[in-house]
Amino acid sequence: MNKNKLHKISTLVDELPPSGIRAFFDLVLGMDDVISLGVGEPDFVTPWHICEAAVFALEKGYTSYTSNRGLKSLLEQIAIFIKKERNIIYNPENEILVTVGVSEAMDLVMRAILDSGDEVIVPEPCYVSYIPTVKLAGGNPVILETWELPGFKVTAESIEKLITPKTRAVVLNYPSNPTGASYTKKELESIAEVIKRNDVLLISDEIYDHLSYDIPHIAMPTLPEMKERTVYLNGFSKGHAMTGFRIGYACGPEKIISAMTKIHQYTMLCAPIVSQMAAIEALKNGMPEVKKMAREYNRRRRLLVAGLNDCGLKCHLPEGAFYAFASVESTGMTGMEFATKLLQQEKVAVVPGEAFGSGGGKFIRLAYAASLSDIEEAVRRIKRFVKK
Amino acid sequence: MDDILEILIQDARKSPAEIAEMTGKSEKEVADAIADYEKKGTILKYRAVLNPEHIAETDGAVRAWIEVSITPQRGAGFDSIAERIYKFSEVKNCYLLSGGFDLLLLVEGHSLQEVAGFVSQKLSTLENVTATSTHFMLKVYKENGDVFQNTEKSERLAISL
Repeated sequence: MNKNKLHKISTLVDELPPSGIRAFFDLVLGMDDVISLGVGEPDFVTPWHICEAAVFALEKGYTSYTSNRGLKSLLEQIAIFIKKERNIIYNPENEILVTVGVSEAMDLVMRAILDSGDEVIVPEPCYVSYIPTVKLAGGNPVILETWELPGFKVTAESIEKLITPKTRAVVLNYPSNPTGASYTKKELESIAEVIKRNDVLLISDEIYDHLSYDIPHIAMPTLPEMKERTVYLNGFSKGHAMTGFRIGYACGPEKIISAMTKIHQYTMLCAPIVSQMAAIEALKNGMPEVKKMAREYNRRRRLLVAGLNDCGLKCHLPEGAFYAFASVESTGMTGMEFATKLLQQEKVAVVPGEAFGSGGGKFIRLAYAASLSDIEEAVRRIKRFVKK
Repeated sequence: MDDILEILIQDARKSPAEIAEMTGKSEKEVADAIADYEKKGTILKYRAVLNPEHIAETDGAVRAWIEVSITPQRGAGFDSIAERIYKFSEVKNCYLLSGGFDLLLLVEGHSLQEVAGFVSQKLSTLENVTATSTHFMLKVYKENGDVFQNTEKSERLAISL
């Protein structure tokens, strides 16, 4: 038996970097009593009325497959919800697909639109899955560096510089993980102009839209002529605190949604029915809890950012999501060194900026999806650590 | 509700400086707003939330919900008789309700006998009280939004992207 041949991994997968920064993650997960500002999910448990709907669904025997695109009633509720909350109009019959989180939706859209060698512009720092999903779909990610741009924001000019005849799409995520950056209507309009002028597609990941504190969230498809140029991704993980339910959705032009559905049908079949039932409840009755959680995050945001700046870690006030992206340049350490030593010496977990792109050496990401008391204690420890 | 009030409801010991940081207001603005709330009586007082079960353990405290049926009085309705009842220090809460009875009281005492004594000697003997029904409290699960038992919480990964 030739094990090398038997267990050979495809070159494409073999060459993908391991997700995130494995060694650091293992270090954190192997340690007890850590105050963690290192998470990418709400610290709130899913509101009970949503969990209860899931329990009820199980009791009623909802344990089967659903249609590939999702339960009809869920598709309709999504259409109603995004019309009401964001003023986006999509036809539930052919322009919406229920997915297993935005992660699956992102994978589907890349596989649906890319041919080998097609380029996708991806801003960095960004969520860790974007670049691998482009590569797995045979595309070439083209990195748009926003490390030095004000507020880590993508600008129209920065996109335009990278557009080539091979560019198929641009990924935009706002409010952003990891920086919390979001965009005013004017800023979005100027980005939309570039998209229109160059006839490329915009893939808009707006999963944190309900956690926007200073700028009213404007959805990309609502801008003039942008609906037909946008694949709009959203879900329930962040705003409704439903990460473990693994449920999200994609909206877009019928042709693209139909292609995505084709892949989804063969690889996923459908999103879990219990999560779909829970999502219906979230859409119908979830907004008061979402707003309550957002108010809570907002207070924590100000507290954390003030604390960080007080420690000499330069950090702009992020407009949304639940992350602060702070510079550790003043300490002379890299993000990785800072995060590792902070963990070892003070038992506070943060994510090194390197996890979000190779230019992230000056930064750390801190999540304020943690209790006020944990944030206060973490800031005290960081202060002590920085002074050493 | 105002942000300041929402923060104080959760933790009344938050200082104006801390609240200022959380809300983006100045410390003076927050202090002034709190003083104003206190003056207007929006904020009545600040107190600790205790676990009644722990108090029961140390003090032997007993609590009971008592349904009271009363005959309303001409001119004063339920109010004057309610006042006669809620002025007893044993009565911690007192509500007028619609339905099968009129007043609902939360009564606290140091022992079962003490609460029973209050009902039989003070409450039932009032002229306008026509009936009472006493329910002793066995366990508190949740009170004023606070859950009084250690519930199992699912473990979040300490780090995720």
